[in-house]
Amino acid sequence: MRKVYLDHIASTPIHREAVEAMLPHLKVNYGNPQSLHSMGQEALKAVEEAREKTACLISAQPEEVIFTSSGSEANNFAIKGLASALQSRGKHIIHSAIEHQSILHSAKTLEKAGFTLTAVPVDGKGLVDPESVREAITSETILVSVMLANGEVGTLEPVAEIASICKEKNIVFHTDAVDAVGNIPVDVKKLGVDALSLAANQFYGPSGAAALYLRKGTRIMPFIDGGIQERGRRAGMENVAGIVGLGRAAEIAEEKLEERVKKMSDLRDRLIRGLPEKIDHVRLTGHPEKRLPHHASFCIEFVEGEAMLLNLDMQGIAAASGSACTSRALKASHVLLAMGLDHALAQGSVVFSLVEDNTEEDIQYLLDVFPPIIDRLRQMSPLYTQYLEENKK
Amino acid sequence: MMYSEKVMEHFQNPRNVGVMKDADGVGQVGNPVCGDMMTFYIKVKNNRIDDVKFQTFGCGAAIAVSSMVSEMAMGKTIEEAMKITNKSVAEELDGLPKNKLHCSNLGADALHKAIENYMERQKAAEKKKQPDKSVEAEKCYCPYCEDPIEGVEEYCQRCQIELEDCPECGKPANKNAAECPHCGATKVRI
Repeated sequence: MRKVYLDHIASTPIHREAVEAMLPHLKVNYGNPQSLHSMGQEALKAVEEAREKTACLISAQPEEVIFTSSGSEANNFAIKGLASALQSRGKHIIHSAIEHQSILHSAKTLEKAGFTLTAVPVDGKGLVDPESVREAITSETILVSVMLANGEVGTLEPVAEIASICKEKNIVFHTDAVDAVGNIPVDVKKLGVDALSLAANQFYGPSGAAALYLRKGTRIMPFIDGGIQERGRRAGMENVAGIVGLGRAAEIAEEKLEERVKKMSDLRDRLIRGLPEKIDHVRLTGHPEKRLPHHASFCIEFVEGEAMLLNLDMQGIAAASGSACTSRALKASHVLLAMGLDHALAQGSVVFSLVEDNTEEDIQYLLDVFPPIIDRLRQMSPLYTQYLEENKK
Repeated sequence: MMYSEKVMEHFQNPRNVGVMKDADGVGQVGNPVCGDMMTFYIKVKNNRIDDVKFQTFGCGAAIAVSSMVSEMAMGKTIEEAMKITNKSVAEELDGLPKNKLHCSNLGADALHKAIENYMERQKAAEKKKQPDKSVEAEKCYCPYCEDPIEGVEEYCQRCQIELEDCPECGKPANKNAAECPHCGATKVRI
């Protein structure tokens, strides 16, 4: 059976060269970068080279990159670490309503510790209005966090504009760029952000390797106490192999970025055009233009996400959904609800996110296989029967 | 795979899918807020369930459960069919993941509602009234006072207990309780 992987937002395949770069550090170079001996120094060199490559991808300085174990950790670190360091100035934090759980739950934890939160809304396409951020700012505001790209609906947020508002008001600004870095050009200077999260498994690097960019001079509370790793801000022996894989993936991403953007967006547009031609009652979610090049997300009316995913999986296609049944909390996606979709429609969420190995044939295969699945599920759906009966009258 | 082979088999080849125009009883449970919705139709002859049809909007477990319930109910007497429990449905399917057990509740409930609807119609026919075809959509319920929850509220309106979804089984539980009343899990905060 044909295998088609369309779940980039969950994790990308690891680039062959990233794996090769990692292997020696899993097999023979097991030294601790903090050791004085030559084995340790070799490991240190590998980590620092990876730091340079990672910094280079986002136009940062190497010393502005702190390695973490995941994008979620980078986000926790940013929200909790920055808020703790800034709390003498105020206790108000602003974030968008469609942030990743690692931002939302970090903020909730702070709320329990006495901070106040404002979630700025998004429009029907998932866009944050920079002016609504400006309006939310109070004299107590110390931190704003708005993502660069949303993984569920693909929308790209006006981060540079929001960052400039924050700069004007002297407020620290963080952006969760986990879904963006390595997939679209990201330049921390041009964006004007103080902190930014990225993760290797979103650009063909390994899982377990991620980073927080922190602009020089930005104060943060250490996230893991212990030794002097990561300049004392994140203790614990470095995940050397993972970090090396991240560095190599960053290097490849920089080389191939333009080519990837072009290829991905061609395939994406093919899918976004093709699907509504084959299935009726389909809605594109997120912004039609301002979206990730590898991202096509839809809500299919009258059917439920998990049932779609299971059927697609049986046909060899890996995809994602924000439906309640696919989330462990059994709640529909907070992103889709924040965009004003009703519960029934949000249940029919399906996200196809492309990886660089995908071909036109893959997209055609999806377009051939998916409509009969939807047809079968709709025949089974009481909501579809209701709809047909109401339209008969 | 998170589901048993039997669940996947019923999911792929659900039995008795469809709408019954001349049903003797109709039962509908769930709503899209909870994630699942099921409609059961039954035809009754000599106190036995002669035919069952169902439609389901929901996940793999919900579809498999409906299919299994329809198969279990077929040919049974009204009394026997009323004895089909959530537990027996889950058992027949070789188990369900913890956070999907509520789907088996829905399946049995939908069947029982269809039977109740049939019995009400019988009574109404005896009284020479028009059969009542109205079906009531079900809601999510507060696990403490069993009052319906509209789905959008953060807390139960009646008992004022602040609810959140248990990270283990996904059902609404008292935010401040140490343990989940459904699965007994100690609620770990992230």
